[in-house]
Amino acid sequence: MPFIPHTNDDVAAMLDIIGAQSTEELFQEIPASLRITELAGVPEGMSEADISRLAQQRAAHDGGVVSFIGAGAYEHYIPAAVWDLATRGEFYSAYTPYQAEASQGTLQLVYEYQSMMVALTGLDVSNASLYDGATAFAEACLMAVRANRKSQSRRVVTTRAMHPAYRSVAQTILSNQGIELVELPIRNGTTDLDALAALEGEDFAAVCIQQPGFLGTIEAVDEMTDQAHAANRLVIAVCNPLALAVLKPPGSWGEAGADIACGEGQPLGIPLSSGGPYFGYMTCRKSLVRQMPGRIVGRTVDVDGTPGFTLTLQAREQHIRRSKATSNICTNQGLMVTAATIHMSLLGAEGLRRTAARCHANTRSLAAKLAQLDGVSIAFEQYFHEAVICLDQPVAPVLEALSAHGILGGYDLSDDYPELGNAMLVCATDARSEQEIETYVTCMRDVLAGVQAV
Amino acid sequence: MKEPLIFEYSLPGRRGPTHAPDTMDAMDGLPADALRDELSGLPEVSELQTVRHFTRLSQQNFSIDTHFYPLGSCTMKYNPRVCNRVAMMPSFINRHPLGPEEHGQGFLHCMFELQDMLKAVTGMTEISLTPMAGAQGEFAGVAMIRAYHLARGDTERRQIIVPDAAHGTNPATATMCGCEVVEIPTMADGDVDIEALRGVLGPQTAGIMLTNPSTLGVFERKIETIAALVHEAGGLLYYDGANLNAILGRALPGDMGFDVIHINLHKTFSTPHGGGGPGSGVVGVNERLQPYLPVPIVGRREIKHGNDQYIWLTGKERPQSIGRLSAFMGNAGILLRAWVYMRLLGARGMLRVSEYATLNANYLMARLVQAGFQAAYPERRASHEFIISLKDIARETSVNTMDFAKALLDRGFHAPTTYFPMLVPECLLIEPTETETMQELDAFVDAMVEIRDLALRDPEEVKKAPLSTPVRRLDDVRAARQLDLAWPGR
Repeated sequence: MPFIPHTNDDVAAMLDIIGAQSTEELFQEIPASLRITELAGVPEGMSEADISRLAQQRAAHDGGVVSFIGAGAYEHYIPAAVWDLATRGEFYSAYTPYQAEASQGTLQLVYEYQSMMVALTGLDVSNASLYDGATAFAEACLMAVRANRKSQSRRVVTTRAMHPAYRSVAQTILSNQGIELVELPIRNGTTDLDALAALEGEDFAAVCIQQPGFLGTIEAVDEMTDQAHAANRLVIAVCNPLALAVLKPPGSWGEAGADIACGEGQPLGIPLSSGGPYFGYMTCRKSLVRQMPGRIVGRTVDVDGTPGFTLTLQAREQHIRRSKATSNICTNQGLMVTAATIHMSLLGAEGLRRTAARCHANTRSLAAKLAQLDGVSIAFEQYFHEAVICLDQPVAPVLEALSAHGILGGYDLSDDYPELGNAMLVCATDARSEQEIETYVTCMRDVLAGVQAV
Repeated sequence: MKEPLIFEYSLPGRRGPTHAPDTMDAMDGLPADALRDELSGLPEVSELQTVRHFTRLSQQNFSIDTHFYPLGSCTMKYNPRVCNRVAMMPSFINRHPLGPEEHGQGFLHCMFELQDMLKAVTGMTEISLTPMAGAQGEFAGVAMIRAYHLARGDTERRQIIVPDAAHGTNPATATMCGCEVVEIPTMADGDVDIEALRGVLGPQTAGIMLTNPSTLGVFERKIETIAALVHEAGGLLYYDGANLNAILGRALPGDMGFDVIHINLHKTFSTPHGGGGPGSGVVGVNERLQPYLPVPIVGRREIKHGNDQYIWLTGKERPQSIGRLSAFMGNAGILLRAWVYMRLLGARGMLRVSEYATLNANYLMARLVQAGFQAAYPERRASHEFIISLKDIARETSVNTMDFAKALLDRGFHAPTTYFPMLVPECLLIEPTETETMQELDAFVDAMVEIRDLALRDPEEVKKAPLSTPVRRLDDVRAARQLDLAWPGR
């Protein structure tokens, strides 16, 4: 019996204490009309050896490819120590630190995590994380609507330069509360500033700026931030935290800095893993901290005056305020934050900066080489570590042909951005070698020649 | 022993990021005003310092792997190592979420099977795996209920009924979905007050959120009556799967009349709690709510003369869906762990889960009652958890539930859930789970008795607890008033 430690003698002794004849009797309060005695549709159990073998067979279908897809999830080298430490049982099998004295490991780690996110984003305070980048963005919009005292508006300005899935998730979550997202068009791969200027005089709770944008491009963050503040709108920065090792932090945007920063924490030591678990980060100005959703850890002292850590500002949360809480969120993504904190400690500022710069250089190199091929061009000149590549033919068949060669050549933009024509988004992170980049370019040349020959 | 902050080990120039490129490439493709001048505030430490620091921090935690952790409503059962090993297989962890379906057939096949198994254990028609935690599953569920009513032109149904014993996420979720919360009382025997329910049902009713067995640790015996009443009034029933462990293979929420359910895979299906997540709050629905399920969902396409192909179903196939809840498809790696656990246990193993979880809870309750503790619902069978009220001891000795909790830490046990549900004064909600031995439960009873005896003899001594943990009781008021949320040394 997997994981059940009881001997027959134990069971007999336990039933005796309870005063029951059988374990069956313990379920007598379930009405007979509802009782079942077997689970049709669930297969019989397997041994650990058999399930491992089955998993190996399944996994064998999925490996063996070299990926140049980014689009919100990035393959970076993760030091061995990160997950070795993060999966220690004391981290892995603990729960939310309700008993602070018995959870100082997790609590101190989260405090260190909060400190690092404050350093990266240049804002004052951080929470203990949210589910992922998309939900962090949705929560940031909700927070801005609550927090902006100068505006009564339930509208938020967003942009087509932002990740399409983030906009879609925010729509799912915000529409139920009657909050409207107003989407600006793009021009040259970035938010159309004329369209933003045309909203002058209108009341909005906040303006969202993704830096770098979904298309890898660089937004005019200073100008956009100042303009938003002049119109009494809060600024929500959505940033790749690895990019922030080299890009201007949200806290320094414009005259006053962004008000809230959030984004996908995955590039900080979290494997791709088919899309999750990742974590969303969120930082903000100190004056907004009571409107922030999610767990927050603070440093305090114990009865002897020894410094220690505890969950704080819990009056915001659902277990205290119930229907009046800032959010229904209960957990954070603790294990992911554990890994990210260890990852940032191992790399340090210099390691993160070099990794970010290598991603930039690798993608520049890949894009430049691809652009030398006939019928291939780079759409926008300035980008961080993702480039929009345009083809003179539909993208999908080309990506399919590359995939047959074991190369995942990029993310097809035709569905999300038909206005860009035959376009795809390519990304070469630090995990890609020069040789892999060469192989991609060679394959692309062959595929384009082959497709044209047909 | 105190462990310094990682920043306190840092010395400028002690770099050697062996895990990063050995040179800094030029950022020459970007305008200078987009770049940052410097990045300070991250530690400069060696790999050994990092390993020691985080190993020491881990040793300051209680966890399932180190301590009995009877945290009620959280199902802190053993997390099998093999589940983690499978989820961390290179082909699984390196798979890009936007990679083509043909390079993800292994993963998608597992997910399709997981959906099927979850249908079987809940009695629902279809499952969406995308919600990333219980609270997000709740959001999805209530949003689907709203979408259902709106699609029928039933725009006035905005009230969600919640028993007063419910978890705080239930009312918070209803608010997030733009609904109004109506609380109904619980009877002295722990069941929902049916007359009170009748009194609040009406054309404004969107639905009811119930946990069964409830947060009071008892099975709601009148569930069929409740379902009939709510459906007659035009409302729908939401099942909060927090306590599914208690009835796994014994009864199906679908049979009870629930229209939508969320399941906490980190409880019943043993995925790790990770110090507070990641969780997974997959949702299941009956036919009524099927069109509104959040996307993506894993589908199967039958191919002639060959293997079936597993595919993503998105908004294109499901135009009435409430939409996406995550950038990709939720906590995929957690879903894989649950798949391993369910395949390992199989149908019979799952029946044993509820059997032994219930046996352990009833045994522990009986032992504590025999030792003189007061059960909140002594006439009822415990489900997989039960409530002890310490209100008499607290009155006699001034030692309260919090003191008991801290004294348990000193005796090597994580405390049960305290002061929840709020309905029962001075309560401990105790959930031993099926993976604990009788001998461990006996040791817990001994510790409870020892604390009680000490409370009667020398209450001030109990109030000093904990004494053996890395810190003693913390000043929460100071934490909230003198906010220190980030290392100020930067």
